[in-house]
Amino acid sequence: MLFKDTLIQAIGAISAQRLRAALIILAMGIGVASVTVLTALGESARSYIVNEFEALGTHLVIVLPGRTETTGGQPPLFGETPRDLTLEDAEALSRSHHIAAIAPLTIGSAPVSTQGLERETNIFGSTYALRRVRHLTIAQGSFLPKMDANKAMPVCVIGQTVREQLFAEQPALGQWLRINDRRFRVIGVLASEGQSIGVDFDEMVIIPVASAQALFDTRSLFRILVETKSKQSMYQAIDEINSIIKARHEGEDDITLITQDSVVNTFDKILAVLTLAVVSIAGISLVVAGVLVMNVMLVSVTQRTAEVGLLKALGATQRQLQGLFLTEAAILSLAGAVLGLLLGQATLATLEAAYPNFPVQLPAWALLAALGVSLFTGLVFGVLPARKAAKLNPIAALAKK
Amino acid sequence: MIQLKNIHRTFQVGEQTVRALNDISLTINKGEYVSVMGPSGSGKSTLLNVIALLDKPSSGRYLLNNQDVTQRSDDELAKIRRENIGFVFQFFHLIPRLSAAENIEMPMILAGIAVKERKLRVVQTLASVNLQDRAQHRPDQLSGGQLQRVAIARAMIMRPEILLADEPTGNLDSKSGTEIIELLENLNRQGVTLMIITHDQALGDRAPRQIRIVDGQIAQ
Ligand SMILES: Nc1ncnc2c1ncn2[C@@H]1O[C@H](COP(=O)(O)OP(=O)(O)OP(=O)(O)O)[C@@H](O)[C@H]1O
Ligand SMILES: [Mg+2]
Repeated sequence: MLFKDTLIQAIGAISAQRLRAALIILAMGIGVASVTVLTALGESARSYIVNEFEALGTHLVIVLPGRTETTGGQPPLFGETPRDLTLEDAEALSRSHHIAAIAPLTIGSAPVSTQGLERETNIFGSTYALRRVRHLTIAQGSFLPKMDANKAMPVCVIGQTVREQLFAEQPALGQWLRINDRRFRVIGVLASEGQSIGVDFDEMVIIPVASAQALFDTRSLFRILVETKSKQSMYQAIDEINSIIKARHEGEDDITLITQDSVVNTFDKILAVLTLAVVSIAGISLVVAGVLVMNVMLVSVTQRTAEVGLLKALGATQRQLQGLFLTEAAILSLAGAVLGLLLGQATLATLEAAYPNFPVQLPAWALLAALGVSLFTGLVFGVLPARKAAKLNPIAALAKK
Repeated sequence: MIQLKNIHRTFQVGEQTVRALNDISLTINKGEYVSVMGPSGSGKSTLLNVIALLDKPSSGRYLLNNQDVTQRSDDELAKIRRENIGFVFQFFHLIPRLSAAENIEMPMILAGIAVKERKLRVVQTLASVNLQDRAQHRPDQLSGGQLQRVAIARAMIMRPEILLADEPTGNLDSKSGTEIIELLENLNRQGVTLMIITHDQALGDRAPRQIRIVDGQIAQ
C-alpha cells in the first residue's frame, strides 16, 4: 500500500465523521494551546528575570554585612551582631588586583523638597563608581564627581520621576534640593532606566556616601558593590575580599558575598522548575485529549467493523490496517496541534497587547515539543484501537451488519 | 488448483462442539465451474471461507496451487488472498463512503499498484460489468444488481484465478440474479475458476459440477 493512499484513505475516513473529528481536534487543540501558552509565560518570566539580573553586570559581587550561611560549629562568644561594613572596609578592598570598581552604598529614605514641593523618596549614598557598577546613564549634567569617599559634598543626582515631580516647570540642573534639613545642588539627572530588579532608579536621589552617612547619622554601609576585572577573576576577587575583610574584622568571617551569577542561577532553577510544574499540569489536558482520541478511534473501529472485515477479505495485512488507523489518529492529533498552536499564538498575542511591558515569546523548542507531544499522544492512544482493528476476525466482522 | 484433504472445522459453542465441516476432501481444477448447495447450516459458507483463506481449518490440509496454505501467518494469507482469490458476498459489502470506482480500486490500493495503472484497470473493469456511467456513484445511489456488479468488478480487479461467491443472488430479484450469474459464467468462460453457493436449484443446475453439502459432509 502506497503511503499516499494510506493518507487519502485516512482522510476519507475522517471526513466521513466530521463532527467527531472536529471535537477531537478541538480537545487536542485546547491541550496544545494551554501547554504552549503556559510554556511561553514561564519561559518569558524566566528570561525576563534572568535578563534583569544580567543587566546588573556579569561580574558584580555584592558584599553584605553579616553571615547568612550557617557554618556549623560553635556560635561566636562575643556579640551576636556582626561588625558593620564601613567606608574604610570598602577602601581596603581596592588592594585587590582583581577589582575594577568599588561602590560603597548607604541607603535611606527622607523627605525631599524644593520650592514648596515635597515628597518622600529613597536616598542612595555612593561614589562615582556606582555609575559604572550599575551601568547608569546620565540624561543631563554629570554623575557624582570622582573624589575621596570620606568627603561630604552637597551635590546630588536625581532620577527621572523625581525630576518630573519636583522640577516640572524648570530645568533641574543647578537647582537646590532640600533633603531633610540639608541642601544639595542638582548636578545630574539619570536617564530613565525603566523597571530594574529591586531598585527603581527613577525614584532615586543619589548623593555622596559621606553626605548620606551624615544625613542618616550612621557609620555603617548597607552594602558594597564590587565589579571585578573580568568574569574569570571573580573567584580570586571573592577570596581576596573575604581575606581583606577578615583581616580587618579581627579574623571574623562576618560578611556574605552574593555574585550576580549565583542569583541568576538560583532564579533560573526555581523558575525552570515552576515552568515545568505548570506545563505538566497543562500536559494533563493533553493526556485527556489523548484518551479522547483513543475513545473516538475505538468507536470508529467498532462502527467500521464490517469495513475492516472487508478490507481483510480483500487482502489487507494487519500492518496495513494498523497503518490506516494510526494515520487517522495522527492526522487528528496533528490537526489538533496546529489548531492548538494557532489558539496559543492568538492568546499570546492578546496577552502581549494587554501587557506590552512583559515580552512573551514562545521558544521554538516549545513549539516543536507541543507538536511532538500531541502527535505522540495521538499515536500512543491510537495504537490500541488500531491493533483492535487489525486483529478483527474477517468472517465475524463481515457477518456483522 | 484447489485441493482439500480431510478438512475439519469445528466451533466450540459453550459445552457443545459444532462440526461445521466434517472430513471434507475435494479437488477443484483450474477453470472449473462448481455450484455448492445444501440445507441451511450445512457448512457451505464455512467451506467457502476456508477456501478463501478467511478461515483456518481445525485440521486437514489445504493445497492451493500445490502449496500448503494451512500453516501460513495471517499476513501471508492476506497476500495470497489478494493475488489469487476474488470473493463476492451476499450482502455486497461495499464501503458506503466510497464511489463505485473507489470501491473497485481498493484491492489494488492494498496491493500497492501505481495510480495510473489503477485508473486504467478500473475503467476497463467497470466497462466489463457494464457500469461505465456509474463510476462516481456511491453505493446508496445504486440498485442491488448494480451493487453486486460493482462487487464482482472489485473481486476481479486483481485478475485472480479463483472467484468465490457466497449466495451472490440471495438479495436480488430473479432478473438481476440471472444477470449476475451470467456475468459470473462469462468470467468462467474466460478461464476463471468459479465456485458459487446458492439455494436456487435452477441456478445450481447451470454448473457442470454440483456439490451438495449436508451436515458438514459432501453428499454423494
Ligand atoms: N463462528 C461460529 N461460531 C459457532 N458456530 C458457527 C460459526 N460459524 C458457523 N457456525 C456453525 O457452523 C455451521 C455451518 O455454518 P455455515 O454458515 O457454514 O452454514 P451455511 O451452509 O452457510 O448456511 P446458510 O445456507 O444458512 O448460509 C452452522 O451450524 C453454524 O451454526
Ligand atoms: Mg451461508
